[in-house]
Amino acid sequence: MEQHRSHIYGALAEFTTPEQLIHAVLKTREAGYQRIDAFAPFPVEGLAQAMGLKRNLVPLITLLGGLAGGLGGFGLQYWVAAITYPQNIGGRPLNSWPAFIPVTFELTVLGAALCAVFGMLALNGLPQPYHPIFNVGRFVHASTDRFYLCIEARDPKFRLPETDQFLRGLNPHHVSEVNDD
Amino acid sequence: MSAGQPPLNSPEIRRLTPVLGPGYTYGSVTDKISAIVLTRPTSFGWFVGFGIAFSLTGLLTIAIGWLFTKGVGIWGIDIPVGWGFAIVNFVWWIGIGHAGTLISAILFLLNQKWRTSINRFAEAMTLFAVACAGIFPLIHTGRPWMAFYMFPYPSTMGLWPQFRSPLIWDVFAVSTYGTVSLLFWFVGLIPDLATLRDHAVTKPKQIIYGMLAMGWRGSMRHWHRYQSAYLLLAGLATPLVLSVHTVVSFDFAIAIVPGWHTTIFPPYFVAGAIYSGFAMVLSIAIPLRKAYGLEDFITMRHLDNMAKVMLATGLNVAYGYFFEFFMSLYSGNKFDVYLVQQRLHGPYSHFYYALILCNILLPQSLWSYRLRHSVPFLFVMSIVVNTGMWLERFVIVVISLTRDFMPSAWGRYQPTFWDWATFLGTIGMFVMLLFLFVRVLPAISIAEMRELVAETSEDEK
Repeated sequence: MEQHRSHIYGALAEFTTPEQLIHAVLKTREAGYQRIDAFAPFPVEGLAQAMGLKRNLVPLITLLGGLAGGLGGFGLQYWVAAITYPQNIGGRPLNSWPAFIPVTFELTVLGAALCAVFGMLALNGLPQPYHPIFNVGRFVHASTDRFYLCIEARDPKFRLPETDQFLRGLNPHHVSEVNDD
Repeated sequence: MSAGQPPLNSPEIRRLTPVLGPGYTYGSVTDKISAIVLTRPTSFGWFVGFGIAFSLTGLLTIAIGWLFTKGVGIWGIDIPVGWGFAIVNFVWWIGIGHAGTLISAILFLLNQKWRTSINRFAEAMTLFAVACAGIFPLIHTGRPWMAFYMFPYPSTMGLWPQFRSPLIWDVFAVSTYGTVSLLFWFVGLIPDLATLRDHAVTKPKQIIYGMLAMGWRGSMRHWHRYQSAYLLLAGLATPLVLSVHTVVSFDFAIAIVPGWHTTIFPPYFVAGAIYSGFAMVLSIAIPLRKAYGLEDFITMRHLDNMAKVMLATGLNVAYGYFFEFFMSLYSGNKFDVYLVQQRLHGPYSHFYYALILCNILLPQSLWSYRLRHSVPFLFVMSIVVNTGMWLERFVIVVISLTRDFMPSAWGRYQPTFWDWATFLGTIGMFVMLLFLFVRVLPAISIAEMRELVAETSEDEK
């Protein structure tokens, strides 16, 4: 670990409107910063594109969960009804697959939904009991009406006070240093 | 649409019928909604309402306790009517839940902005209705401590559930529905829990909301995945909600009992579910907006739209009744024809006429713009529709079972005190949970309201 950076997580600029935040994100990326994150009280339209976020893994995980639920569900029913506990009812086929469709469908949805939610939480690293950004007192407004841009200290271009000066140049409402200790 | 009229989505029309009162900012919607939970003192009225609901929940506990002591003989069920109130109430409650999912998932996919301020408590309503519904199949089994037999697990007896039975489909449909509704609701709550954590002033609230918020910090990278997950959940919940009442209708339609064995049941059950659910959302929204001064968030536009959905689904239900009636006569099947006669002239015919009145005739008043904009009238109508939908399930379950194929198997059904106590008890539990919900969690999605503020401010530019 680089000792001199361990106490500083990054620099945080506060904006009052989502438009300012999008503008600031675009400028910051133009300036060559890569380790940045934006914080907003709601998903601001256009901000994900401005940050260059493209696809994420949630849909794939959901698809896999759905497939596992569906195949597992059908497989369970087939195994129960045709192999381990066969019941001859009037000579009807043991693998009466149309009767297995409702449960297969429900388990597909269940598997997909569980994977969508827990996959999203896992990819986001939640639950996370501690994060340095909460050390900034003003950050409580991030869940109300303020918009934040953080340039993280692990960014190769991160230098104090230059980064701080750069953020001030974006016309923010406030700039703070994020400490990590 | 006639020429010269502005398109329905135009800013002029939206300004006339706003989904959000004018002049709100990100901060003021946040403060207004979070204050209901965090700073507003608990009113005397809340305690009175909660007290009544809590007493009824106590009655439910006593009724179930007595049931477990004495067995299902304390109910009015007999042979041939083995289903009675338990199944009537089960279908009624599960149907009510459907509107919550419709609002949160289907209207979300259709990009209906007016859903924003009603989806949270409608989803809560879904959860509580499913909780009430879930009690009945469990306690009507007679030996509820054996209920786990319905789940596939490797038992030492080598016994497995019968997957060809609609009753097992029901177990999977309802438990999946309950789980997915809970997930959907909780995912929607995460950003709001973070807001409450940041707004709370007392340490216990900060800790509890903080733990529930799981460290949500509004990072755009998180929002990005969050939105994907939310959209996917909406997409999954949409076919799910349609499947649940379809499977519930299979409990009837797959049996050969006259009046049950019909292919119109799945769509007509789903329409009826949404019908009663919207009625229940109105029954909750109207007192809620009044008690907490939320008229700017749950506007007349919402009430009007919900009344229209009620009217439309009510007509679907009427279509179902008509074709049920017509097909029975047209089939020439003497048992089906006899069942229609029983509905019209049998010992339970007054229930059938009351159902037609509540579900078909009276709701036609909602065609009137003036009546749709009368809040007390809408409230009364929502209660009427809920009553009508309960009667519908009573007619389906009881009339068919009392008039089976053989006259020797005919019978009568009379609910007992304990039937009513259990039913009223679940209503009490439902209301009690709603009372607790509005006190401890934001009844309106704060994050989505902020999005709405952003969108409506763009419209005005």
